Amino acid sequence: MEKAPIVRLKGVTKRFDDVTAVDSLNLDIYPGEFLTLLGPSGCGKTTVLRLIAGFETLTQGEIFMNGSRLDGIPPNKRNVNTVFQSYALFPHMTVFENIAFGLRMKQTDASAIGRQVREALDIVKMSGLESRMPHQLSGGQQQRVAMARAIVNKPLVLLLDEPLSALDYRLRQEMEIELKRVHRQLGITFVFVTHDQEEAISMSDRIAVMNQGAIEQIGTPIQIYEEPKNMFVAKFVGEINVFDAFVREVGNGSAVVDIHGRLFPVQNRSRFGPGSLVKVLLRPEDIQVTVEEEWSGSDPSLTGRVDEVIYKGKTVDLIISLDEGESIFVTQFFNEDQENIIYREGQRVHVNWLYGWEVVL
Amino acid sequence: MVKSRFRNFAVGSTMLWITVFVVVPYLFVVLYSFLERDPAAIIAWNFDLAGYREIFSPVFLVVCWYSLLLALGTTVISLLAGYPFAFILARMPRPLQRMGLLLMIIPFWTSSLIRTYALIILMKANGIINTALLSLGLIEEPLNMLYTQTAVFVGLVYTLLPFMVLPLYTSIQKLDTRLIEAARDLGAANRHIFTRIIVPLTMPGIVAGSTMVFLPALGLFYIPDLLGGAQTMLIGNFIKNQFLTTVNWPAGSAASVVLTVIMCLFLYVYFLSSRKAHTSGMGDMA
Repeated sequence: MEKAPIVRLKGVTKRFDDVTAVDSLNLDIYPGEFLTLLGPSGCGKTTVLRLIAGFETLTQGEIFMNGSRLDGIPPNKRNVNTVFQSYALFPHMTVFENIAFGLRMKQTDASAIGRQVREALDIVKMSGLESRMPHQLSGGQQQRVAMARAIVNKPLVLLLDEPLSALDYRLRQEMEIELKRVHRQLGITFVFVTHDQEEAISMSDRIAVMNQGAIEQIGTPIQIYEEPKNMFVAKFVGEINVFDAFVREVGNGSAVVDIHGRLFPVQNRSRFGPGSLVKVLLRPEDIQVTVEEEWSGSDPSLTGRVDEVIYKGKTVDLIISLDEGESIFVTQFFNEDQENIIYREGQRVHVNWLYGWEVVL
Repeated sequence: MVKSRFRNFAVGSTMLWITVFVVVPYLFVVLYSFLERDPAAIIAWNFDLAGYREIFSPVFLVVCWYSLLLALGTTVISLLAGYPFAFILARMPRPLQRMGLLLMIIPFWTSSLIRTYALIILMKANGIINTALLSLGLIEEPLNMLYTQTAVFVGLVYTLLPFMVLPLYTSIQKLDTRLIEAARDLGAANRHIFTRIIVPLTMPGIVAGSTMVFLPALGLFYIPDLLGGAQTMLIGNFIKNQFLTTVNWPAGSAASVVLTVIMCLFLYVYFLSSRKAHTSGMGDMA
């Protein structure tokens, strides 16, 4: 991204009494992107959002928007709008009046208000419900009105504070697709806060994984998922199996590690030296499982016993306890040429993976 | 079963109490208003509309009008004084809120009549305020405070303010601050947040408080009597005089009935507005 950032956070720190919610955080948000702040509750992600919106004042640092400083500018004078977790629809106003509120504050004339409100309703597919009161709407509909109320103002940046967390699973998936569509349609910069990694991965252009007031890693969903920079990111984003290992030999960009006495070739991008203790991380779907009877190769493998088989329809999840005692979690996809793969509890299996699919930390 | 018997007893005894001491006496008042005045026996058992004829005279209408104005003025002053107070109180830390409410309720431990006499001691020509101001040299001669319109308002507002503050406090406390943030986020300046979000959402409290100040202010007669020097007649004074001074029970009863009708009208307005506030979703925002 070569473009100038639309929002720049520089050394941003926010303390509440003696709790540091955000700790000298730097973040550039680029125009038009869908950026997600992902982290466990209490990691400071919502505080970052509230700092950008102007609901909190900075303890230290600076926030720039389009190059000019934001601090000191009250929320009502910032060109950002928020979709709140609780929706915060005005209960005494109709859907129309809720959406028109921001425009009325800007002294937009009546005919333009009518047109823009209808456009916004159209975008969130809520046309025809203008005269309803918020309490007459379902959760998903309230969500859409909250979206419309924010986007109708055409903000430079739309802030979304866990907007889907109050919805049930089906509706949440539907709204994820809707949000993506609205983002594409409007081209507005979205800053989305969530603790749900699936939500983050499926919607974002970039994800900033936050922990204890700081960003652990920022990157595309693929980078975050496949190349986690540290244990926190690896464990927070999706399921992962962790093996303790130590480096036996180092080659050119690769290494041989010892896991439970067996030697595995791995990539060595972080240039660990011989003898260093490392962790080898493997996603459940990156692990190959072969039943003992069919095992023929001489490839290095770990052996164990199937403890549990969880049939998931398009996948089957296995919990395998290795002979060394630890338990691993594996997801196997059904594919055409292995149609008759049926695992049973108690089966002896070999476990390995393809070179390069692992992450070494 | 024990539970339901207790409930029957609790409800029943209250109903009995109200019937004996409120409903029946009031029915007598309604009955008397349609009877004939008899100088010897107070009431003669003949149907007569003289009571109503008498009170629909210009004199009584002026009394009514003046009473309404006074009650209205008291309500407006109480609202203007009570709203900021209730707002600040509702936004304080919890322990301070409890303290504030307690301070406001403490005066109720003393009869309001006695508190009105206390106001006289404060405001009279050689009272505490004048003595203090004179001795400080701030004024040359005593201020004329007692027996003025202002004194009447001071007394009424002082007595009725808690009835304004308590419902306001309750509804302001229920106000979802996230809505205020949402309004600010959408570009609303403070005054717009106040007029378009805070006032409409605390309207049930405003209406309840106004009703609870307005209705008693309409009937309270001893405060204007004591602090205003009985210069102007109010509905309350009028009724009292009909019964005790001129011994015209039918006219007094008729005036009481009219006062009740006026109050019922205001309660009906209150009912309508609180129902409207409810259907506009206040209940769902908890």
